Amino acid sequence: MEAVVFVFSLLDCCALIFLSVYFIITLSDLECDYINARSCCSKLNKWVIPELIGHTIVTVLMLVSLHWFIFLLNLPVATWNIYRFIMVPSGNMGVFDPTEIHNRGQLKSHMKEAMVKLGFHLLCFFMYLYSMILALIND
Amino acid sequence: MQVPSGYGVHPQNYIPPSGHYPQGPGKMTSLPLDSQCGDYYSGLYTVPTQNVVTSNTANQQPGAQHMYGRGPPAPHIVGSTPGSFQGAASSTSHLHTSASQPYSPFVNHYSSPAMYSANSSVASQGFPSTCGHYAMSTVSNAAYPSVSYPSLPAGDPYGQQMFTSQNAPTVRPVRDNSFSGHSTAIGHPSPLPPPPSHQYHQQQSLSGCSTLSWSTSGLPSTQDNLVRNHTGTLATASSNPTNTGASSTRTPPAANRPVEPVASVTQPSELLQQKGVDSSSTTSSASPVPNSYDALEGGSYPDMLSSSASSPAPDPAPEPDPAPAPAPSAPQPSKMAKPFGYGYPALQPGYQNATAPLNSAVPPSSPGYSGFQPYAQQYPGMNQLSSSLGGLSLQSSPQPESLRPVNLTQERNILPMTPVWAPVPNLNLDLRKLNCSPDSFRCTLTNIPQTQALLNKAKLPLGLLLHPFRDLTQLPVITSNTIVRCRSCRTYINPFVSFIDQRRWKCNLCYRVNDVPEEFMYNPLTRSYGEPHKRPEVQNSTVEFIASSDYMLRPPQPAVYLFVLDVSHNAVEAGYLTILCQSLLENLDKLPGDSRTRIGFMTFDSTIHFYNLQEGLSQPQMLIVSDIDDVFLPTPDSLLVNLYESKELIKDLLNALPNMFTNTRETHSALGPALQAAFKLMSPTGGRVSVFQTQLPSLGAGLLQSREDPNQRSSTKVVQHLGPATDFYKKLALDCSGQQTAVDLFLLSSQYSDLASLACISKYSAGCIYYYPSFHYTHNPSQAEKLQKDLKRYLTRKIGFEAVMRIRCTKGLSMHTFHGNFFVRSTDLLSLANISPDAGFAVQLSIEENLTDTSLVCFQTALLYTSSKGERRIRVHTLCLPVVSSLADVYAGVDVQAAVCLLANMAVDRSISSSLSDARDALVNAVVDSLSAYGSTVSNLQHSALIAPSSLKLFPLYVLALLKQKAFRTGTSTRLDDRVYAMCQIKCQPLVHLMKMIHPNLYRIDRLTDEGAIHVNDRVVPQPPLQKLSAEKLTREGAFLMDCGSVFYIWIGKSCDNNFIEDVLGYPNFASIPQKMTHLPELDTLSSERARSFITWLRDNRPLSPILHVVKDESPAKTEFFQHLIEDRTEAAFSYYEFLLHIQQQICK
Repeated sequence: MEAVVFVFSLLDCCALIFLSVYFIITLSDLECDYINARSCCSKLNKWVIPELIGHTIVTVLMLVSLHWFIFLLNLPVATWNIYRFIMVPSGNMGVFDPTEIHNRGQLKSHMKEAMVKLGFHLLCFFMYLYSMILALIND
Repeated sequence: MQVPSGYGVHPQNYIPPSGHYPQGPGKMTSLPLDSQCGDYYSGLYTVPTQNVVTSNTANQQPGAQHMYGRGPPAPHIVGSTPGSFQGAASSTSHLHTSASQPYSPFVNHYSSPAMYSANSSVASQGFPSTCGHYAMSTVSNAAYPSVSYPSLPAGDPYGQQMFTSQNAPTVRPVRDNSFSGHSTAIGHPSPLPPPPSHQYHQQQSLSGCSTLSWSTSGLPSTQDNLVRNHTGTLATASSNPTNTGASSTRTPPAANRPVEPVASVTQPSELLQQKGVDSSSTTSSASPVPNSYDALEGGSYPDMLSSSASSPAPDPAPEPDPAPAPAPSAPQPSKMAKPFGYGYPALQPGYQNATAPLNSAVPPSSPGYSGFQPYAQQYPGMNQLSSSLGGLSLQSSPQPESLRPVNLTQERNILPMTPVWAPVPNLNLDLRKLNCSPDSFRCTLTNIPQTQALLNKAKLPLGLLLHPFRDLTQLPVITSNTIVRCRSCRTYINPFVSFIDQRRWKCNLCYRVNDVPEEFMYNPLTRSYGEPHKRPEVQNSTVEFIASSDYMLRPPQPAVYLFVLDVSHNAVEAGYLTILCQSLLENLDKLPGDSRTRIGFMTFDSTIHFYNLQEGLSQPQMLIVSDIDDVFLPTPDSLLVNLYESKELIKDLLNALPNMFTNTRETHSALGPALQAAFKLMSPTGGRVSVFQTQLPSLGAGLLQSREDPNQRSSTKVVQHLGPATDFYKKLALDCSGQQTAVDLFLLSSQYSDLASLACISKYSAGCIYYYPSFHYTHNPSQAEKLQKDLKRYLTRKIGFEAVMRIRCTKGLSMHTFHGNFFVRSTDLLSLANISPDAGFAVQLSIEENLTDTSLVCFQTALLYTSSKGERRIRVHTLCLPVVSSLADVYAGVDVQAAVCLLANMAVDRSISSSLSDARDALVNAVVDSLSAYGSTVSNLQHSALIAPSSLKLFPLYVLALLKQKAFRTGTSTRLDDRVYAMCQIKCQPLVHLMKMIHPNLYRIDRLTDEGAIHVNDRVVPQPPLQKLSAEKLTREGAFLMDCGSVFYIWIGKSCDNNFIEDVLGYPNFASIPQKMTHLPELDTLSSERARSFITWLRDNRPLSPILHVVKDESPAKTEFFQHLIEDRTEAAFSYYEFLLHIQQQICK
């Protein structure tokens, strides 16, 4: 059972890593002027909810399977994701808004956020991998 | 779907063929003979005849028609010319220079017949093809009615009945009658372009200085009167008479183009014919087409493109010396007469004294005071002598006046008697003369701090305020095959580049060394070779280029105007249609555009009504689409029609419209679907959509709910709903922006209409917003009058289409936040579907890398747009500022007005993204921080006093004014829409107008004298001193005029002199003055004349004509007046003195 949980987490984590990389690439494309703000934001906004769901599932899974440490590790990031999603003003077109993204250094902060998430997911990846192997051995 | 069949079934059938718009290149030049001149500058270029010195120099070529007045012409000194209210205040030293220069009246004026011939050849080339084009489209349209709509009930498709897709042909029985009367007026099949006289009025409403307009005289003679006063080029270099004599002649591009690729520098309105040629030739060339506007304007231009753009020019002439060319190799022995712009070696020694701290003040006697001349444009109120004296006192003190410590709590009269000027950057003389006018381009700090750390220490906002498309009275327009730009950062060549040698110049933004193209070596002004530093691009910091096809993604679009009108019950009740239609009828011929101009109308209530105005119809046809969930265009190509071909039909429609809906009972408003339809209609071409809305949209996409709680209007705590409720309008605006369509919103409503949401449609499509609260054409005549005047300006002002603006700055600085109405498409590129002369922008800057290795920084805005005549043009402004390393210098160079305007913009952002109270706190903190930071730099610190440098002494006052402004005030009852509108205005008004909004000017007008008066247009305009905005200054014996930008108040004291009341107001005594008075009668008395000329002069200085309210001391309207007295205490806000104490408290904490 343990093993199944971690195999799933591992796969989910892989997806999240890819997503983070995709965010970083798209944002840096925008930074370098390869795509315009409109298409960049519509691309990214599409993936905000999948990311949120993917991460929440892992977090909840860890809570259910009583892995407290990993749960607490995931909690802040999951909370941030949900908070960010909820706090989008009603007039904005999503977490990434093409009219705002060039203002007040938003692009940079989005970039930073994606980087931090990438690091975090990589960390989680190895943790899940380790736990999975451990679980498989124990089985 | 209510539509059974017919229209609703296959909307895509009606989508116009995509090939319709992109026309062949030849068709683009379809400017008819008479509509070609007077482009924008018509009124403004008219200079009275005394200025026209018709000294035909010998070396002018036949057929050339450039006029180029060099040196300050005499009328400026006299100060009585139409243009002189801009130049009247030029300093006395200016006078010296002009007197000492013998060639100043050199004005070339060329014979115009030759121009006519050039002209006609253009026309013959371009016009027939256009005819062909239009003929084709008419054919297709003619054929259109016969295409039967299968399921239409009556079987008379497009007959004289209107069609509804609901098959309810009797909904509007009025219509038939209203149009039938006009059918006789129609039969004129060959729509000729209108007579020339209708074309050239675009600008006159602005300046009021055009006594001579294009319309009055024939083309040739008017051209003779066109004299350019090119004061900007009053260079030291031109002290060589022969040189200058030559410099004022130039070669006509039309004549020379085939022979040699010589650049010609043209004056704006003179050479449109040639420009016509240019555009035709450029359009037809199939050059590599960049795939986005970004690439066009050239942000990250790939090398391949840039080489294709700029390298071919130097190629034909082999460059003999790529190495630094010694002077003798230069064809012209110009080395010794080397003026500025050329003589800067890489180290820029000429700039050294610019960095010398503080005491680098220029000797006051030097003629450099013409450096003040640009400012004279802004503050024409100064009379010449005092202005130059003011300049002297500012400059000659050993410690700059701007650093003199001022004890704010002690100084009672902080407000100067004269309008506040923009500070002059501390540059050396040559650069100062060349620098961009502060009206177009201003920086909050005229001394740029060297590092971000220094900027942080100063606690002042760093940013630019732009007014790029301002109506200019003089603007060098350059037609050149190659527009010289830096190869790596794409900066346009400007006066602040340094020429390393004859062949190479160093970019002042990225420091790359570039080659000077061969074409640029020839100077069309002096007609000499090898003097690139004398080219007009290098002599003027504001220039306009005629762009080639490299700067086009598609052929330049025609001017397209679409009016979308609310005709619900509410709108009919308010009665704006009468005013709008009247205004349109009057200004139909003055709409900017050429023979391709197209116009269309839509109305909407719960359904959307289109109007088929195709030429050849006997009367306009109304087509009703009631399927607002899935909007479609009922007919593809006869809804936007050529203005000149269908003029009679348009007039019929405009005459009929006000009465068509008088009996309507429809209360709903489907604004969202109407906008979607407008977008569909406009997307093939782009253009301008003007939306008139009178209530909350209540149907279809984009419907809004009322969010305002009237009980919260005067809440001191939280003001909610400053942001939009839905992203519908934002999305649509971005779609519009992508299709080069701007939406201008006119909101005329009596109740809450959620401007916060509606404004998005204009904000992000680069439109503008007008708001007329409680508009009613009879009950509220002052609003009706305001609408009328605003419309006149709106319809006739200059307009630029499919524009992009890029702002560049010296390496090390970076822009991070933009304010204004536009869409930021990439990091430094603003996409502006339309650009209007009334639009202002602001940019915040940060210092990314230390500026230690440079003594100057430059900023350049390039605005690429399509003029209403279908030319692609680039207007370039360049501003140059010194870099300083000490904190004191930073404070010495603060431009307090610019800083306040930038702060206001930032505060608007803050109140939307965070909360209003946050924004208010941030404003107060800005004052507290900057003053305490300054206090810590002053050594002899008195803790008891609130010390500010003289440059910042108005800062607390202005911030207090901001806090009491409608946008940010709390505690006073403010309707949400009013507040949001004030915020919109802060975001998009240029600095001059914004300052009046924030801090109105108060004058006492019952004792106007001629002392210090200025002369404008043979009128004497008195210049009363400014009063501070406090009731303490109001005396019951006086009468006061308050200038709030968009509104004037005249406050009449209770015991005001009866003579004044009788002489100026035309009433015997105070009691008999009516409550609502909005005009001053034209009385034949001296005081009336003075008062009126003063008010007229104030009015002429702004684009939107303000409404005058006469406020009696006892009338209820006086609260309106008194709320602007910002130095006084109100229940909810500090007085000025209290505010100072509050700041002091905060600092000491």
